[in-house]
Amino acid sequence: MKIALMGQPNSGKSTVFNDVAGYKAITSNFPGKTVKYTLTKFNLLGQTIELVDLPGTYSLTSFDLAELEARKYLLKGNVDVVINVIDASLLSRSLELTLQLLELKLPMVICLNMIDEADRKGIKINIEKLSKILGIPVVPTIALKGKGVKKLFSMACKIGEEKRIGKTLNFSKDVEDVVTQLSIQIKKKQISQEFNVTERFLAIKYLENDSYYMENFEKRDKDIFKDIIHFQNQLSETHGRQSDVVISSERHHLSMNIYESVVLLTRPHTSLIDYLDNILMHPFLGYISLGLIFYLFFNLIFSAGKMVEEPLLDYFYRLIPLIEKSINPNTLSFSIINGIIQGLAGGIAIVLPYLFPFLFGLAILEDLGYLPRIAFLLDAFLHKIGLHGKAIIPFILGYGCTVPAIMATRILESERDRFIASVLATMIPCAARMTIIFALVAFYISPQAALAIYILNIIVIVISGKILSRLLPEITPGMILEIPAYHIPSIKVALAKTWLRMKEFIFIAWPLLIAGSTVLSLLQYFKADNYINQLFSPLTFSLLGLPIVVGTTLIFGILRKELSMLMLIQAIGTSNVAAVMSTTQIMTFTIFIIFYVPCVATIAVLWKEIGSKRTLFTIAFTSILAIILATITRFVY
Amino acid sequence: MTITLDSIGKNQKVKVVSVSGGWGIRQRLGCLGIHPGDIITVKRSAIMRGPILISVHGNQVALGRGVARKIIVEVE
Repeated sequence: MKIALMGQPNSGKSTVFNDVAGYKAITSNFPGKTVKYTLTKFNLLGQTIELVDLPGTYSLTSFDLAELEARKYLLKGNVDVVINVIDASLLSRSLELTLQLLELKLPMVICLNMIDEADRKGIKINIEKLSKILGIPVVPTIALKGKGVKKLFSMACKIGEEKRIGKTLNFSKDVEDVVTQLSIQIKKKQISQEFNVTERFLAIKYLENDSYYMENFEKRDKDIFKDIIHFQNQLSETHGRQSDVVISSERHHLSMNIYESVVLLTRPHTSLIDYLDNILMHPFLGYISLGLIFYLFFNLIFSAGKMVEEPLLDYFYRLIPLIEKSINPNTLSFSIINGIIQGLAGGIAIVLPYLFPFLFGLAILEDLGYLPRIAFLLDAFLHKIGLHGKAIIPFILGYGCTVPAIMATRILESERDRFIASVLATMIPCAARMTIIFALVAFYISPQAALAIYILNIIVIVISGKILSRLLPEITPGMILEIPAYHIPSIKVALAKTWLRMKEFIFIAWPLLIAGSTVLSLLQYFKADNYINQLFSPLTFSLLGLPIVVGTTLIFGILRKELSMLMLIQAIGTSNVAAVMSTTQIMTFTIFIIFYVPCVATIAVLWKEIGSKRTLFTIAFTSILAIILATITRFVY
Repeated sequence: MTITLDSIGKNQKVKVVSVSGGWGIRQRLGCLGIHPGDIITVKRSAIMRGPILISVHGNQVALGRGVARKIIVEVE
């Protein structure tokens, strides 16, 4: 049986999904984090269930790419049951999507999620009555605590077997008449079959002027086109507003009526967390807190990482000479063993100590619901680089990993905004590059120097943003963003999320690291690295003043950014970088690594999201930028 | 008296009269519960002509200035 989770952004679909799938889908407290669907299979009472977590969508009239994906999936027609996940504390608004889903005539169950949050807000919902009005089962849940989820799925299976479909709720009489008349015309022409939807659904979409369906009919049939225009005009004349506003207002009133008949409002329980916005979104204190939060955040990562890095590196320092004693350093087997150990050490001692605290801290900030607040605070600043507040979300995710950051640009409405945000996101130092900044610059030079790199990075991004928005002068559509209520983060969920993101490093990057390190060892053994280093020497040695041996590391850095540092350590033959490189050289190397060519995974996702030409542009743009900045660093720092 | 939402002060309650933007913006705002006739409370506004924060049907929404300018409201 195939079940799809459908609901408005931030209603908890991914949390429900994770309850049965284990932690597989990233959840956080900001609307629109799921941009592509995730699948899982599990067993329930001897039955195999295929569950799909769709991106959140406010309505079935879709605007952004993620929403379009959800609708397309649902209309493909192989879903047995839809679970409509609703944030119970936002019932009236959520019902508008429910009404549209009912028009699809698919078996459906409602998951009334975050029922505890609704309680806190003083919203008491009569569940039986709601279920009776809609003609489908309603199951209350608290997905974050796993409450009610089992019942939800057994109910969904039952409905799927019975193929039970909910009621169609009618609009007011005059609007309903128009819908019916148009449906009759559509039925005559038999065009709803090819879209795999009901006539009524299609009629409503036409009256709403939905661009997807409108584009498709005009070429095919002039008669139906005339009918649609006729009925659209009829609605707007009788109601004095555009036909799409008439329909959405009808749906809104219908939802409000249902809401009022099933809800009993009591006094809300306010808690301290409700007052947090008085500080965090304050026109003055908000920015102070923002600065403070990120200052503390990076300080904590640095001190936590350093605490672990030092003793671990010491341990590996002592290990290599021990091996040298037992195996002759000039043999092939020593080269291989040395390569493997360096790769292992790089992962354990250098990357993990910084990666874990960073990802954990980010998870806490995300789950609390702080990210949309940052979008609010920084909207005006982002307008200066031709974007709007929502673009901050991919940027912040970019500090974790560039790949999800570029995928998150899908929450932006215009193609131009998505392109600019993608290019800029590649320049944000991801966690891999963060480990380079921390393990090289903060460790060998000073934490202040590391901070300076972050500030320089932001300045460069702002200037690049200005240049790009000059090249593509188009006005950004402006921000419309829901600011969700704060949720107290669950440590368990935050740890699960951190683990999901770390897994990518441990199972993909680390083996690559060990392999890369071994390959470099072999190259050195066969003296092949000299050719590569010579090839790069005009750039590395002549222009940037770096040791010639760093040439090979730049190639590895394209595979994974953290590889370039670990390869550096192996190439110069010691983990004590300061013994071989001056502070200027460390700084130049780091600046170059941060900006030059994005890693392979990033290039792949860019290719998919913004196309080949723009990806090549990004590669060229970042390489030139890296060369210029690193050259300046060499002579100025 | 009808004015645009961006010129409404903090903690004022207003009623939406119409949305003057195109199809896309009308639909988006409709999804968040902003239709003609709905009551909106302006909660705060960001500095440097940044966005405004409104409360509508018990939910908070941030609207950029440009968007707010397209919402025609009536002071109760």
